[in-house]
Amino acid sequence: MDLLQKGKPLQMLLGSTNERRRSERGFDAIDWCLIGVVISILFLGVLSIYSVTSSTHQARFPIYLKQVVWIGVGSLAFWILARTDYHKLARFAYVFYGIGLIVLLLVLVAGKSSRGAQRWIALGPVAVQPSEFVKVTLIVALSVYYASKARHGWLYRVIVPGLITLPGFLLILKQPDLGSSLSFLALYLTLVLAVGVKSKAFGLVVLSSLMVFPFVWGEVWGSLHDYQKARIMSFMDPMSDPGGTGYHGLQSRIAIGSGQLWGKGLYGGTQIQFKFLPEGHTDFVFAVFAEEWGFLGSLVLVMLFVALFLLGFEIAAEAKDRLGALLAIGVVGMMAFGVIVNMAMTVGLAPIVGIPLPLMSYGGSATVVNLAALGILLSVRRHRLTLLQ
Amino acid sequence: MRNTGEGNMQGLMDSGRETSEFTELQQRLVFLKVGVMLLMGVLVLRLWQLQILDGAYYRDLAQDNRTRSVVLQPARGLIFDRHGVLLANNVPSFNLYVDLKDVPDRAELVRELGTLLKVDPKTLATKLQPRGVLTRVKVKSGLTLREAALIESHRLSLPGVVIQAEYQRNYPVGAYAGHVLGYVGEISEDQLRQKEYEGLIRGSIVGQYGIERTYDRILRGRAGRKLIEVDALGHEKRTLSVEKPRAGDDIYLTIDFRLQKLAEDLLGEEAGAIVALDPTNGEVLALASRPSFDPNQLSRGLSPRQWQAILNDPRYPLTNRAIQGLYPPGSTFKIIMAVAALATDTVEGSDSLQCLGRYRFGRRIYRDWKPGGHGLVNLHQALVQSCDVYFYKVGHRMGINTIATYAKRFGLGQKTGIDLPGERAGIVPSPEWKQQTRGEPWYPGETISVSIGQGYVTVTPIQMAAVVAAVANGGLAAPPRLLLAVRPRETERLVPAHSVSAKPVIQQADWLPQVQAALASVVTNGTGKRAYSAVVPIAGKTGTAQVVALRKREYEGEVPKVLRDHAWFVAYAPTDHPRIALAVLVEHMGHGGSAAAPLAKQLIEAYFQQNKEAVSATP
Repeated sequence: MDLLQKGKPLQMLLGSTNERRRSERGFDAIDWCLIGVVISILFLGVLSIYSVTSSTHQARFPIYLKQVVWIGVGSLAFWILARTDYHKLARFAYVFYGIGLIVLLLVLVAGKSSRGAQRWIALGPVAVQPSEFVKVTLIVALSVYYASKARHGWLYRVIVPGLITLPGFLLILKQPDLGSSLSFLALYLTLVLAVGVKSKAFGLVVLSSLMVFPFVWGEVWGSLHDYQKARIMSFMDPMSDPGGTGYHGLQSRIAIGSGQLWGKGLYGGTQIQFKFLPEGHTDFVFAVFAEEWGFLGSLVLVMLFVALFLLGFEIAAEAKDRLGALLAIGVVGMMAFGVIVNMAMTVGLAPIVGIPLPLMSYGGSATVVNLAALGILLSVRRHRLTLLQ
Repeated sequence: MRNTGEGNMQGLMDSGRETSEFTELQQRLVFLKVGVMLLMGVLVLRLWQLQILDGAYYRDLAQDNRTRSVVLQPARGLIFDRHGVLLANNVPSFNLYVDLKDVPDRAELVRELGTLLKVDPKTLATKLQPRGVLTRVKVKSGLTLREAALIESHRLSLPGVVIQAEYQRNYPVGAYAGHVLGYVGEISEDQLRQKEYEGLIRGSIVGQYGIERTYDRILRGRAGRKLIEVDALGHEKRTLSVEKPRAGDDIYLTIDFRLQKLAEDLLGEEAGAIVALDPTNGEVLALASRPSFDPNQLSRGLSPRQWQAILNDPRYPLTNRAIQGLYPPGSTFKIIMAVAALATDTVEGSDSLQCLGRYRFGRRIYRDWKPGGHGLVNLHQALVQSCDVYFYKVGHRMGINTIATYAKRFGLGQKTGIDLPGERAGIVPSPEWKQQTRGEPWYPGETISVSIGQGYVTVTPIQMAAVVAAVANGGLAAPPRLLLAVRPRETERLVPAHSVSAKPVIQQADWLPQVQAALASVVTNGTGKRAYSAVVPIAGKTGTAQVVALRKREYEGEVPKVLRDHAWFVAYAPTDHPRIALAVLVEHMGHGGSAAAPLAKQLIEAYFQQNKEAVSATP
């Protein structure tokens, strides 16, 4: 980024007439950084999935290979979206979101249910989780909403976008999928915060409550009576462990903690290999990784995610217009929410609400969607305001 | 600052207001950035705490030196009758477990436990074989308080031995409804491999018979787990985490327990079965089979010798005669014959046939039960007097295939689909059937036997109850069922069971009232007089199922009981808008009119008296 920074305002002023046309450039250092970071995280994810599922050899087509296939599909989406001008996407924003809502309705009516929740739609041999796809359409829809016109006042800044978000949120909550519906909510709050509401106090309250929530939830939850919890949980999601104090939470903490500084090495994770911790390849993939690669490995992984977020924010800051910036913020917000909440729940800082770790957890829909979202991010980057090269 | 530079740049293109907002947006990024970084920082700190500061502690836990995973069995769902009478619940009981990891010397432990509990050392040794990852095995359930105290006082010399308080299935009504409720038991090796029991572990209690078996998935609940820290002897020091078990859902049966109890008491020591249905919807009000068993005993686990005793009992107490007992229907089959004859226009209701007490067919003579015969009888009289010759003639005219078709329409020869395991289908014979099973052709004389419900035709009592229910319900057959409703734990709200809608047995039934009227006359002035009730008008049909063709001369005086005929009575009441239909079968009690009809009468009267009370009790 240093390269670009030198004398840039001058260059841009000079090139301003040309810049009326949308520019498209080759890859530069930042783009390559982004791609490198993403590939590294994907690789670590496949490695962990491989390690978890290697001991169960019943499947003809192993899960880690399936994940590789999904990454392939996701990469295609990444590539297509990165090459597409994001303004084109914007034109169909509401249509996409509308279709998404209809599909969510379909899930409730005709979806596949598994373990008490109805979240999937069978598409030939694969089961698709539409809530993942709807997340991206929400990012685009809200970004277009804020960018197309100046939105002033509470009504247009907070209430109307809230009403846009609400149907999706409720449809996902009804499945029930507490995790996905919370990330839906988080997307909305992130964009509201990014656009800013006039009251600083409001922003502070929302931001700080978002940050404090994971740490006080345990206390709040613990103070409820058993039957109250049962009522809430049967409403939300029968499979979750909201207190984070149950069996899964502890097994996850044991897995991570016992990794100590250096980790137990590939296949060395006894917690996982002996099946003390279920869902090792999905929601608890970070626990697998942390057990096998220790504090040092975890640190590397956290750094990779931090790098991804910083690059994303950088792209938002350099975006050509409000739409680009909002899209970039939305994508980073979605990723960051997933990473922080997932890690917080595996280390016992947040309720276990069933949110997968972006780019690492096994899951076709989530992998494709996250890569597609990163494609949009790169598109913002590539269509930013600079000279033609 | 580059950002402001770009902002200026934008200003050249857009309005000032837009620009300032765009700039503002970019400045806000700083907040978001800081927020995300702070949270990531917290995560790193937490990882530091878990992996570096407490790493050694978690490593110990992970190495399983000090932790044991204990399965917490769920409480099974309760079973109620239709009025909420409790039929099955759970009581606490002490079970003895051994954690194989903590046993230094297995042979020594077998000796010690053998003397303390008086258990056969050989069975103990096989139970203590390690299987798979699971190392905590159940050795004995239902310890007495004395045994539990004995074990506890010897705990220092019994490393790895743990007493756990768990649930024991209990049937407060004792041996009543044993064949309906069934019993529970430890999951078998076979069951462990079946998909239905996926996710269950050794030692889990599952339904093995009856309703417990059919609705095991509903009643079972979900096991919880507890992670405990143990000392060197394997005794619990403290609980690290608990995942509570989820109790099974409750079930309401269609059974009316007072009727059920009366039915079983009426049968008493005799072998037999009584099935009572609500003809309008197929709900089973009572399903009794005697002799029975006490599900409490079977659920507590029997010794191999006790098992042998039950299995070798000549009276087969484990056979549910109501759904598994196959008997010739005898004269109760004439109901189906009458319907078939009218439906196919073989006879008209007014047509009279001559009965001289005997019917010659080929070289054989088929007798009527009444030596002198009934004279000239029409369909009504033939049913009322249970004239055999009339139905010999009708059967001969219709032929076996027509008879078989109508018998099958009434559900004979196939399972009724009652929600109990092990139901049998019975036989509706036909030339095809005989060729397939015996490889012999059908002889016309066999049609004559089938016409009065003898020969190859066999039915279960529940099938006959369904037949008479269909007649009572105007030709609509509602499949019998036992599940009334389920009450899930989470909502505590009753969810009614799906009812299968009634299907018509015959298309046009405008002549069915003729059969119904004849069945009413059977009770008022026919073979079923002993079922006559002053309380409620009853319709019915007697039947006597031949066990062996007896020649009177061979036995002087008493006929041995095992050779005597089975007594049938099928009935419904009241004659208009029937609310109960039932089949009574008493083995080896001779004529249905004398042995079975009085039982039906008592049951029906009790049912209506009881309902009257219930109606007057609820204002």
